[in-house]
Amino acid sequence: MRSFAYQRAADPAAAIQALAAASAGNNPLTEAEIQPLAGGTTLLDLMKLDVMRPRAIVDINPLSPAWATVSLENGNLRLGAMARMADVAANPEIQQNYPVVADSLKFAASAQLRNMATLGGNVLQRTRCTYFRDISYEACNKRNPGSGCAAMDGFNRTHAVLGTSDKCIATYPGDFAQALIALDASVDITGRAGTRTIPFAELHKAPGDTPQLETTLAPGELISGFTIRGRWPRSAYLKVRDRQSYEFALASAAIALDVEDGTVRDARVALGGVATLPWRARGAEAELKGQKFDDALAERVAEIAFEGASARSHNEFKIALGKRVVARALHQAVTMEI
Amino acid sequence: MDDKTNPQSPSSFNRRSFLAGAAGGAMFPLAARAAGPTTTTIPSTQDPTLPVPVTLRVNGHDNSLNIDARTTVLDALREHIGLTGSKKGCDHGQCGACTVLIEGRRVLSCLTLALSAQDHEITTIEGLSNGVRLHPMQQAFIDQDAFQCGYCTPGQIMSAIACVKEGHANSDEDIREYMSGNICRCAAYPNIVAAVKQAAPEILSG
Ligand SMILES: Cc1cc2nc3c(=O)[nH]c(=O)nc-3n(C[C@H](O)[C@H](O)[C@H](O)COP(=O)(O)OP(=O)(O)OC[C@H]3O[C@@H](n4cnc5c(N)ncnc54)[C@H](O)[C@@H]3O)c2cc1C
Ligand code: SF4
Ligand code: FES
Ligand code: FES
Repeated sequence: MRSFAYQRAADPAAAIQALAAASAGNNPLTEAEIQPLAGGTTLLDLMKLDVMRPRAIVDINPLSPAWATVSLENGNLRLGAMARMADVAANPEIQQNYPVVADSLKFAASAQLRNMATLGGNVLQRTRCTYFRDISYEACNKRNPGSGCAAMDGFNRTHAVLGTSDKCIATYPGDFAQALIALDASVDITGRAGTRTIPFAELHKAPGDTPQLETTLAPGELISGFTIRGRWPRSAYLKVRDRQSYEFALASAAIALDVEDGTVRDARVALGGVATLPWRARGAEAELKGQKFDDALAERVAEIAFEGASARSHNEFKIALGKRVVARALHQAVTMEI
Repeated sequence: MDDKTNPQSPSSFNRRSFLAGAAGGAMFPLAARAAGPTTTTIPSTQDPTLPVPVTLRVNGHDNSLNIDARTTVLDALREHIGLTGSKKGCDHGQCGACTVLIEGRRVLSCLTLALSAQDHEITTIEGLSNGVRLHPMQQAFIDQDAFQCGYCTPGQIMSAIACVKEGHANSDEDIREYMSGNICRCAAYPNIVAAVKQAAPEILSG
């Protein structure tokens, strides 16, 4: 790990001030000069690998508890960015009203990591593409813009089949983001220029020609929290992985439904483990709305969700697997007792 | 950096004016920013080339150290304080061998900076027993033969105590799920589950 200057921000104003000199460096993903430190489970990991190289770290942990509050008021859920994954997953109100949120957190990482990791840091976690994480590979457009992509014709079994480009096929690895994008969450962002709120769907960017630009956050901006409008008691997160626990998704689905007398009135479908960014399957949602739920519909919806998917040499299986995950998750959501 | 590197201008936010403001200041060192006119007090920055004084409270004792800012809690424990019970398996958050309790919560000491752990109570495997009687979880690991090489064991025991206190030791399935962050290369898993079950009632009854 390269040496860095460490400072602790006592409050949001101090954090914003300390981050004010932040620049994106050559690559905002890896070379940003000043980085906030939350749980550190992505940042320190990647600093040890010499992938992330901040010259200064602003420890924002003193911002919790102020930024760690979770509240359910007037039917809207507000999640502070410094709330820890474990605490949100264990919250009975969230389990009851937003099972997709609770389960996306509960089935992520390990108990220790969930105790450390924050919601803000979680949505900003970096891809697990092994070529990105291993600097001995020269070719990685995300880490090293313009250098090529070692995964394209390398070991790409865990890579994405949706939202890919000819520059990068790295999977967005997180689970929680799929719940947020499915439920149309918004993100509160604060920086030197003040605060702004954007749809969560506008936070992440597809790789396109610039895979090093993963989000629309400006250097030095902080996520302060997330808001989900309305309750979604009929919602579920299904995650399929190489082992039953403590593993990233090969394919996952976040589903939220409003069903009356067997007819789907509203539907949300998001996919994890298969796309380069948090992925909402709007075509699949449109197919569900107004329909009587049955096996044939679930299969049709799963097909639509993976329309346009494209695989490389080792990840073809994700398309078939992903469809089954969508169909099974739909069944799970339809039949759950609420 | 020019605007081309980030063509997408976030909504309701003027990127150009942000850049104009940010461009004026020196990127580094941060201390240079602190000199500017501002009403906010900026925490002082340490010189990355010099060791930093840190006090870590471990198992009820204060340890005053002079360490590099990069030092993790795990390295501080093992290399500076001399408590080698917490193990380094992967150093990347993947194995759980380094698990300690900070303020009673199980965390990975390999991904926690010592500087971030100041002012917090750290408990390691060395802090569990009073020197006369083993902690019920330690005893249970012996009774149930819950290890072979023993390398993962301190992390398993720290994690298992927290697992019980969190209320996640109600069934074998629960224990397996909530202990999944502790990898055992010797695969002593069935015996670890048995040990957690053995110790749980005694730990919960206080
Ligand atoms: C072994 C392992 C297994 C894992 N498995 C899973 C899994 O199955 N599913 C899953 O979803 N995740 C998994 N993770 C990833 C883990 O969930 C993330 O590392 C974690 O959520 C990141 O949160 P953090 O608070 O630790 O972030 P940090 O590491 O502190 O920060 C991450 C990034 O976000 C920035 N940042 C942090 N907070 C803010 C903020 N409020 N505003 C702006 N920027 C901020 C930091 O500067 C940094 O660039 C795993 C991680 C490990 C190590
Ligand atoms: S898939 Fe993306 S992150 Fe992985 S090597 Fe290619 S460019 Fe890099
Ligand atoms: S050494 Fe910390 S998790 Fe492996
Ligand atoms: S006892 Fe050997 S690794 Fe667990």
